[in-house]
Amino acid sequence: MDARSSAASPRSGHVLHRFANPGQFLRLSGRVLPWLYWPGVLLTAGALIWGVFFAPSDWQQGDTVRIMYVHVPFAWLASAGYFSLAVCSFISLVWRHPLADLAAVELGPVGAAFTAVCLATGSLWGKPTWGAWWVWDARLTSVFVLLLLYLGHIALVRAFDDPTRGYRAGAILALVGVINLPIIKFSVDWWNTLHQPASIGLTGAPTIASSMLWPLLFSAIGFTLLFAAIVVTRTRAAVMERRIRGLLMAKASSASEQEALS
Amino acid sequence: MTRKHKRLVLILACGLGLGSAAALTLTAFSDNLVYFVSPTDLAKSDHTGRQLRLGGLVEQGTVERTSATGSAGVRFKVTDGSADVPVVYKGILPDLFREGQGVIVLGTREPDGVFRASEVLAKHDETYMPKEVADALKKSGRWNPGAGPPPPASTWNEPIKQVTGQPPG
Repeated sequence: MDARSSAASPRSGHVLHRFANPGQFLRLSGRVLPWLYWPGVLLTAGALIWGVFFAPSDWQQGDTVRIMYVHVPFAWLASAGYFSLAVCSFISLVWRHPLADLAAVELGPVGAAFTAVCLATGSLWGKPTWGAWWVWDARLTSVFVLLLLYLGHIALVRAFDDPTRGYRAGAILALVGVINLPIIKFSVDWWNTLHQPASIGLTGAPTIASSMLWPLLFSAIGFTLLFAAIVVTRTRAAVMERRIRGLLMAKASSASEQEALS
Repeated sequence: MTRKHKRLVLILACGLGLGSAAALTLTAFSDNLVYFVSPTDLAKSDHTGRQLRLGGLVEQGTVERTSATGSAGVRFKVTDGSADVPVVYKGILPDLFREGQGVIVLGTREPDGVFRASEVLAKHDETYMPKEVADALKKSGRWNPGAGPPPPASTWNEPIKQVTGQPPG
């Protein structure tokens, strides 16, 4: 598959093909990676110290509000990660890009972990604030379904002996699951839920005091960079693994050929 | 039409079909997807004896603590502005419970119209403000937490500059 894509890339000249070339991807991502990791680590650490020690406590939630600096970025990234998974799946199904397949496989566990942390921190916040660890309202249920979609994707792409069939099946599952993203986002507006509506929107001023909003935005940027860094690192590892496997297979087959000749 | 185009059209068509199917389903089940009903909904139809969740604001000046029969109980009214329902509850209230707070109570409506709750959850709204801001807003008379949600966040810095002259609400 690698040979086919690298042979096709110079002729078609499509923008996507240039980045789909695994060699090109390794070079480019190698250069970008330190710019994701270091700013990510520094921003996250700074924002969390700011949020935990210096940001004010809320007038009715008290210090419980500080869970927001982890919970909200993880909730955003859980949805954003699934959207990226769906974009990779779409590219994989339509253009059959090998790199999109690998990226989708590597995105799944990271997104699932972020969703799980989002649910866990939300539960820790819910007990003191609402009085319940968990309720089956539309927002919480739809995020739980998101976790199940991630887990289903993880299992499905690894369930076939032929990896290509796994990629196809996983991509279809991921695209079907996209319907859940608007449900998560708008569940708090469409139906009565225990979960509060969004505090930050594209229209209208945020309903968070600016002294709490700034550390939240910084931690969101920091965690986003770290999320991207983890996914890129995993995808690089997958590309290299595939290359090594190809080399070993070639070596083994040439050795067996020579044995047959001698 | 190349194979790529065929696949693209096929996926977009499937997406359109699935999307409309989901939209129709959600619209059809809309009544079952709500976590709670409002006092107005409760007044509209007869739910007597059925367990359900009622959501709204704790009406100002209606919270009465009762300590009859040994355990701490509370009596209050849940309102959504146009209708209100009397609620009785025995047990521990969440920390956020106060007059004007959004709450969701689980229980059944008795034939006499009183809602007997077995669980009370506090609903947090989308507003996050430090204690100092809340105190300043209350002191300047621009916001009464018992009466409703606070003014928009863009005006929070104003009461520090002009403490008087603004009518409440």
